[in-house]
Amino acid sequence: MKTHRINFTLNGEKVALDVEPNDVLLDTLRGRLGIKSPKVGCDRGDCGTCTVLMNGRTVRSCLALAVEADGADLVTLEGANTRKWTQKLQKKFHEKNSFQCGFCAPGVILSATELLEKNPKPTTHDIKEAVAGNLCRCTGYEPIVEAIAETAKGN
Amino acid sequence: MPITTEFEYVKPRDMDEALHVFSLYREKARALAGGTDLVVHLKENLARPEVVVDIKALQELAGFTLKGGILRLGALVTFSDLIDSPVIKAKFPLLWEASLTVASTGVRNRATVAGNICSAVPSADSAPVLAVYDAEVLARSIRGERRVPIADWFTGPKKTALQPDEIVTAVEMRLPAKKHAGCYMKLSRYEGEDLAQGGIAVLAFSDNTYRVAACALGPKPARCPRTEALLAGNKLGEKLLARARETILQEVSPISDIRSSKEYRLHMTQVMLGRALEKAVARLFGKGPKYGTENIA
Repeated sequence: MKTHRINFTLNGEKVALDVEPNDVLLDTLRGRLGIKSPKVGCDRGDCGTCTVLMNGRTVRSCLALAVEADGADLVTLEGANTRKWTQKLQKKFHEKNSFQCGFCAPGVILSATELLEKNPKPTTHDIKEAVAGNLCRCTGYEPIVEAIAETAKGN
Repeated sequence: MPITTEFEYVKPRDMDEALHVFSLYREKARALAGGTDLVVHLKENLARPEVVVDIKALQELAGFTLKGGILRLGALVTFSDLIDSPVIKAKFPLLWEASLTVASTGVRNRATVAGNICSAVPSADSAPVLAVYDAEVLARSIRGERRVPIADWFTGPKKTALQPDEIVTAVEMRLPAKKHAGCYMKLSRYEGEDLAQGGIAVLAFSDNTYRVAACALGPKPARCPRTEALLAGNKLGEKLLARARETILQEVSPISDIRSSKEYRLHMTQVMLGRALEKAVARLFGKGPKYGTENIA
């Protein structure tokens, strides 16, 4: 296989990396770049724990090849300070104790970030739709939905 | 999970280059757009290509246009692109509604309509909608471009009319001239992301004609011509609905699988058909629920 040199922005910093065609973005982030907030869950796009923002949109990093990140702007939860809503969401989730084990937290917070960036006044239905692809096995989702709603309202 | 298959990665900047790769490698080349199916297949060794062709730099596959009543969806158009478009919501609300039911936001941000019909799983949510709009698939190779009616596109579970040297460039459909309204009814195990246990799309027209198509209720998504013929020319009423519910059972052939039994699917086919027809007709007269997933489940 021919190695590819890729250049991208990761949490506001420029990164250059040599990757193989069959390297998966999630594995590259975790294994080579020390970015551990995206988790390996189902590893096939269903659970949302590997969520990262690629050019402002949430994507499943388990379903992206690393080579596809060439030229992209990637944000993970480690780059929360680069987005307007992310740290506000983190504080609210913390304050309301909205997570138990926290495994799904990075994905949920990034999905909520994308939602609020597009729609700062979401309905409860909008919020549920936005995090429908992020499975949480601890909380029953109620405190998650509440935290996103309260963050949007700014209280 | 690492991908164990070894392949080369190319990202052509022009169409000719891309088509030459497919002409050379044929079955051993796979097109990569959103990757939401392909990467799963690579991980599970269901796909073992020699070359993966990233088509995302091909400008002529990008975006969609509505000109002269014809909607052209480039092969790179994602479900999120459709959901975010006021034009799609206003002019093709049924397509908009069905797009909302596909997986979840993080998948829809990458998954394309063209990819959905190339994967051709029987439960493809876009398929019954494309079927009732009489869509055409544009497939191109170095031999030229051809148009495949959606009715001829699906040839079996995960099988399509696409030739090994071709790629899909666009999907086109005409905005129906007559006043119409639609409804996509999707049965899934829970609200939020799930594959369809069954899906029914209906377009109802002001002249009392109807188009009906189903997914996940047979080996391939398909129109239901007998049901359409029974309904044609008639106003929807209880007696007609009862007959339509019986007729559609001759046109679906669901299996039992992990998501539901054959018997449940058959029963729910009748329920979904009734609800989809009633909602589409109500929408036709401006009385139905607004388009979206909120009022469908």
